[in-house]
Amino acid sequence: MRNKNAVSARGSLIQRMLLTPYSIWAVLFIVVPLFFIAFYAFTDSQMHFTLDNMRKVFTYRVNAEHTTPYYVMVFGRSFKLAVISTLICLLLGYPFAYRIAHASPRVQGILITVIMIPMWMNFLIRTYAWMVILQDKGILNGGLALLGLGPIHVIGTETAVIIGMVYDYLPYMILPIYSVMAKMDNKLLEAARDLGCNSLGVMRRVIWPLSLPGVISGVNMVLIPSVSTFYISQKLGGKMKLIGDEIEEKYANFDFNGAAAIAFIMMVLLLVVMALLQHRATKRSVA
Amino acid sequence: MNKIIELKNITKAFDGEVVLDNINLDIYDNEFLTLLGPSGCGKTTTLRIIGGFESADEGDVIFLGERINDVPPYKRNVNTVFQRYALFPHLNVFENVAFPLREKRVPKAEINERVTEMLKLVALSGFEKRSVNSLSGGQQQRVAIARALVSKPKVLLLDEPLAALDLKLRKDMQQELKKIQKATGITFVFVTHDQEEALSMSDTVVVMSEGRIQQIGTPVDIYNEPENAFVADFIGESNILDGVMLRDRKVSFAGHLFDCVDAGFAPKEPVDVVVRPEDVDIVPEEKGMLRGVVTSVTFLGVHYEIIADIDGFKWMIQTTDFWDVDDRIGLYIEPDAIHIMKKSQYSGMFGDYSSFSMELDEIGELEDEKLEEMGEFVEPDEDAAPESGAET
Repeated sequence: MRNKNAVSARGSLIQRMLLTPYSIWAVLFIVVPLFFIAFYAFTDSQMHFTLDNMRKVFTYRVNAEHTTPYYVMVFGRSFKLAVISTLICLLLGYPFAYRIAHASPRVQGILITVIMIPMWMNFLIRTYAWMVILQDKGILNGGLALLGLGPIHVIGTETAVIIGMVYDYLPYMILPIYSVMAKMDNKLLEAARDLGCNSLGVMRRVIWPLSLPGVISGVNMVLIPSVSTFYISQKLGGKMKLIGDEIEEKYANFDFNGAAAIAFIMMVLLLVVMALLQHRATKRSVA
Repeated sequence: MNKIIELKNITKAFDGEVVLDNINLDIYDNEFLTLLGPSGCGKTTTLRIIGGFESADEGDVIFLGERINDVPPYKRNVNTVFQRYALFPHLNVFENVAFPLREKRVPKAEINERVTEMLKLVALSGFEKRSVNSLSGGQQQRVAIARALVSKPKVLLLDEPLAALDLKLRKDMQQELKKIQKATGITFVFVTHDQEEALSMSDTVVVMSEGRIQQIGTPVDIYNEPENAFVADFIGESNILDGVMLRDRKVSFAGHLFDCVDAGFAPKEPVDVVVRPEDVDIVPEEKGMLRGVVTSVTFLGVHYEIIADIDGFKWMIQTTDFWDVDDRIGLYIEPDAIHIMKKSQYSGMFGDYSSFSMELDEIGELEDEKLEEMGEFVEPDEDAAPESGAET
């Protein structure tokens, strides 16, 4: 026993050493900045404690007649577009992930590569490409004209922003779902069929519940960046502003305190969402 | 007895390789039938065709008089216990067993009652709320059986269900399966490569090799009256010799004329002769029908296993008397210990015990299979690895 403990202690020393580089990274570039955000959010330009920044987020109106405070409205829009994009990613990505997971290994490799290729390009470039496609005299309307249809006005609408976000984030939905499905034991699906399930039953009672961990991490990986999206909205959404754009603008104007306050609130909201999703995930896996 | 399932001229090939070649088999009500054979003999494919997971290229599957070739698994009144149980990891023990009932929208109270009854049958009362991952292999096995039986199928298919259990547990489960089969009256179709398991549990044994049925019979028939050299070799130990049937009840082999009990062969028909190692008596050399010398002796607890060289043919003999290597001995064989078989494609493939290579092959095959099975499972044993390092 003594020997074994000595060995496992040595093992954990090595493990700790392996963690060191990332720990330093995490402290310098994650923990410290988070602390700064919290600090700026609750101080004024003289570094005195204040709740003014927070209050402004919840009360500021561009026009006094507006019933909804400005930033609350922007938050609402950001969440609405993010949720819609996430749902579309899920609806497109889930069946696709299922299809890949049940293809031959060679086809799986090809399909995964196809999904990854857009991720090799910078998202700014991809966003510009969508501008070219979606603008009023762009490729989309050109194509429609050839068919004798259109033109339709997409650029500058919420639809354009959603298209951009779905395009950018879809791989992040497909990959985690695919990796869960690829590991699923085919015998379980056979067992379900054996025990009276038709295809729909197998999907509903075995595949879906077993793929939930993948779905939840996919939702996490799409929803969270969607909520804080900024550039896509500016380029595809015309003058539309999402919460990410507001934060960017405030930093650009050196209003660090105001920007930090919005960022802080967004972070708290996202943490709540993540906790809810995670709670659901663990409840599932325990049951 | 009622026929439940008939397989008629079933043929199946995977990628041009024939795995089932004209299988004909009747399965009766309330019987415990075992498909026995080495890996690759087609036994699992046969089971999967009955279950509906594979379709036959040719031939018919008849269930209670109806052709069910195209009926999907979920509509067949047949359930399967899978090799590694295939329990649903997201459901607890109760929900696993209740799974088929919920699909059929059975009322809640009845589900409760039937699941409770099933768990009692497999001795798992009180485990309802447990996660299936927290159960031992034997317990998972029982859950799988309960789940397959709860919807009262006509036939239960079991695909090497005991292969992953250790020896003692396996023996217990054999008893228990037999008991459950008797208690429920459901027909069991059991697949195994373990001949001992097949002999001890079955009413009917179907010996398969290379996609063909070699023999169908009771365990006693299969052991005492093997149809050909393959069956004789696969079931138990056998000395298989070339012989010639001179006339009824007279056979010549090993350079000696023997009385036997078989008849009905053509005069001077070449045959395969089987003598079981436990049916050979060792006598003083001068009194023996055959004479030779002991080349190896292995003590196996119940008896000694002696290999004796008789004119170049190595006999295996099981005896409780001790003989030493290099002892000269005589062999005495009773007429009813000699079993005559027609020549078959397997003649000459199995012979004497001049080397154990055949047995070693078989053992090697089993080991490979086990390793393969474990491959998916094996997780690094946290305790074992450091400990071995610590000893140095």
